[in-house]
Amino acid sequence: MACSATAKIIHNPLVLSSSRSAEKYESCCKISGPSSLLGSKFLGKKLLSAKSAISLASRRSGAVVAVSSDVVKEKKVKSGSSAASNLLITKEEGLVLYEDMYLGRAFEDMCAQMYYRGKMFGFVHLYNGQEAVSTGFIKLLKQEDCVVSTYRDHVHSLSKGVPARQVMSELFGKTTGCCRGQGGSMHMFSKEHNVLGGFAFIGEGIPVATGAAFTSKYKREVLKEDCDEVTLAFFGDGTCNNGQFFECLNMAALWKLPIVFVVENNLWAIGMSHLRSTSDPQIWKKGPAFGMPGVHVDGMDVLKVREVAQEAIGRARRGEGPTLVECETYRFRGHSLADPDELRDPAEKARYATRDPITALKKYLFENNLANEAELKAVDKKIDEIIEDSVEFADASPVPARNQLLENVFADPRGFGIGPDGKYRCEDPKFTEGTAQV
Amino acid sequence: MLGILRQTVVAKLNHALNCEQGIGAVALRAYSSSSANKMTVRDAINSALDEEMSADPKVFMMGEEVGEYQGAYKITKGLLDKYGPERVVDTPITEAGFTGIGVGAAYHGLRPVVEFMTFNFSMQAIDHIINSAAKSNYMSAGQISVPIVFRGPNGAASGVGAQHSQCYAAWFGSCPGLKVLAPYSAEDARGLLKAAIRDPDPVVFLENELLYGESFPVSAETLDSSFCVPIGKAKIEREGKDVTIVAYSKMVGFSLQAADILAKEGINAEVINLRSIRPLDRSAVNASVRKTNRIVTVEEGFPQHGVGAEICATVVEDSFEYLDAPVERIAGADVPTPYAANIERMAFPQVEDIVRAAKRACYRSR
Repeated sequence: MACSATAKIIHNPLVLSSSRSAEKYESCCKISGPSSLLGSKFLGKKLLSAKSAISLASRRSGAVVAVSSDVVKEKKVKSGSSAASNLLITKEEGLVLYEDMYLGRAFEDMCAQMYYRGKMFGFVHLYNGQEAVSTGFIKLLKQEDCVVSTYRDHVHSLSKGVPARQVMSELFGKTTGCCRGQGGSMHMFSKEHNVLGGFAFIGEGIPVATGAAFTSKYKREVLKEDCDEVTLAFFGDGTCNNGQFFECLNMAALWKLPIVFVVENNLWAIGMSHLRSTSDPQIWKKGPAFGMPGVHVDGMDVLKVREVAQEAIGRARRGEGPTLVECETYRFRGHSLADPDELRDPAEKARYATRDPITALKKYLFENNLANEAELKAVDKKIDEIIEDSVEFADASPVPARNQLLENVFADPRGFGIGPDGKYRCEDPKFTEGTAQV
Repeated sequence: MLGILRQTVVAKLNHALNCEQGIGAVALRAYSSSSANKMTVRDAINSALDEEMSADPKVFMMGEEVGEYQGAYKITKGLLDKYGPERVVDTPITEAGFTGIGVGAAYHGLRPVVEFMTFNFSMQAIDHIINSAAKSNYMSAGQISVPIVFRGPNGAASGVGAQHSQCYAAWFGSCPGLKVLAPYSAEDARGLLKAAIRDPDPVVFLENELLYGESFPVSAETLDSSFCVPIGKAKIEREGKDVTIVAYSKMVGFSLQAADILAKEGINAEVINLRSIRPLDRSAVNASVRKTNRIVTVEEGFPQHGVGAEICATVVEDSFEYLDAPVERIAGADVPTPYAANIERMAFPQVEDIVRAAKRACYRSR
């Protein structure tokens, strides 16, 4: 099978290659999951039946022409020749990926439990089912790289390295949380791990992420620092109809910013189906419209996501500019814990449940002898203990003190910070005369 | 011949004068010219931006037409040539996008100065000003501070219609996490802008298009590159004892003119230039009211929920026993700004309105 329908990296959007006819594309899309990647052969058969209904509806390709990337071609050649020795990941990497995805899943399940017990409150949006996207991308980043997310940000924070204890405390509204209980579920910030939020408004994080990428470029070009930081912006399918998304695609491509726009297309924006709200549901196409590559990847397969992520992050780090990656994924739970989730077809949910990314990775690890049952069980146990410990820690932590209400409104409440004599500069009586040392 | 004689006489007279005043006169004249040193608000802002950008390489400017066009109102003239396109960034027309980019850059360590062509356009970006800039330090419990400045002309210009004439002081002034400044004179503009750029918090800097071309005398201290004006402190532009007139931005000029007119009628008005809408210098206003016992607030913005409403409430809360007359507030008319010149004039406070209100406060309306 010669088509690689998963990753379509269009390098030169202005040149329409005639190597892929619309018809071939259509047939590629029906399969829509597998390429020659080893791990996906088993998924492929399930996908044929599971995905066809969705794919037919959503992939009305028309005159779309896709050019397959050289990266994927190379990989195909390699893995075709020696099946055993050219796996996509090593054992250590596999275990890291598994552990991170299981952490995300166990954490979110615990959040649901805690919410129904009244320990957590307000708006809580869970990430079950989408772990492959977070793990696939964020595990490739360095600590200095930035992640900007939406309200569905618990797992992004965990993947980036924020301790589970701090996230759980934050959700409980305790003062030991990563934002001292002042942010909450939707506003996870961590300066240490460069998680720049956590935004409730969809689309709000995209310009902020673009700004962080702008800073990376500025540091390199104006401040002449050795900076190759990359920023990832995570957002959903609903956001892709928002004006700010397009504004930022334009500016990121215009200024060649080191950013990757990651679309977590889970087909639903609360109860609004992506197909009902979008004129052209293929989001990856919006990238080439602005002069950047647009890639579509199966977001339920962490290995595929990781491969695409490697390419996209590599591009950004080398200064070649932004990439738009559409990850087709699904959330197993409702939009939030308050969402009755009545509009989604149970058959659709069942189909996606068979594509659970954690189960898929487990299978891959077993079949390629990268890990055995016992090792994975040990990881599960370890993570379960971490989660329980985080709940106990959060339970035992104090609520914010009364005076915390008024704290942190300003970094510098009185203006201009503290002078060399230890007092606020604006209290220096000579201040208005301009003779004060500022 | 007479001409030459006259010239000689004049020359001799000058020489005599010079000698009389002594050698110090020459130096004095050079220094006294500093009080005759005038600077337009436009030059004040330009020089402040220039100095702050040269002092700190992390400061950069971003906005529509700030670079090659030299600024929509020529405020950023010369900066592109001096600092280059990476530091004076011309953006596409994407307020929401580039404001967000500025905020993201501020999150991650730079110090952006984002220009709005007018603050009316800030409404397209207000989500970022309030939600991602103002609230972030609080939501992140101090981890992420946002050292950004949003600046641009605010309030009415002349004949620009309803969508270009709104005053946003009250809207931004009600939001915790923002600092909101409204300069009047060149000294205010320079000092407050330098303070705003150095401040680690988000600052909304409300300029006024009609003041850009006005010249004000500036002292030598103002021209010093480390000159700053503290945020949160009002200035008493004119001392008085009969009535307090509180204003900001262009209305300060009108209030000073009104005070001159009132002085001829025996009413000695104290004019306070707020300079800072948030934090509001409540103590200065109250101290003044306790001295004069009467207050008139003047603003260009809409009357309901305006800056004047807040000041009046503050005065009633803190200095009720000192008030000898009801609080008076003058604001713009409660209508979208009309275009026709005569009714536009009626839509904003004029000097006569201020005089009338002050007289009303002094029970001298007849």
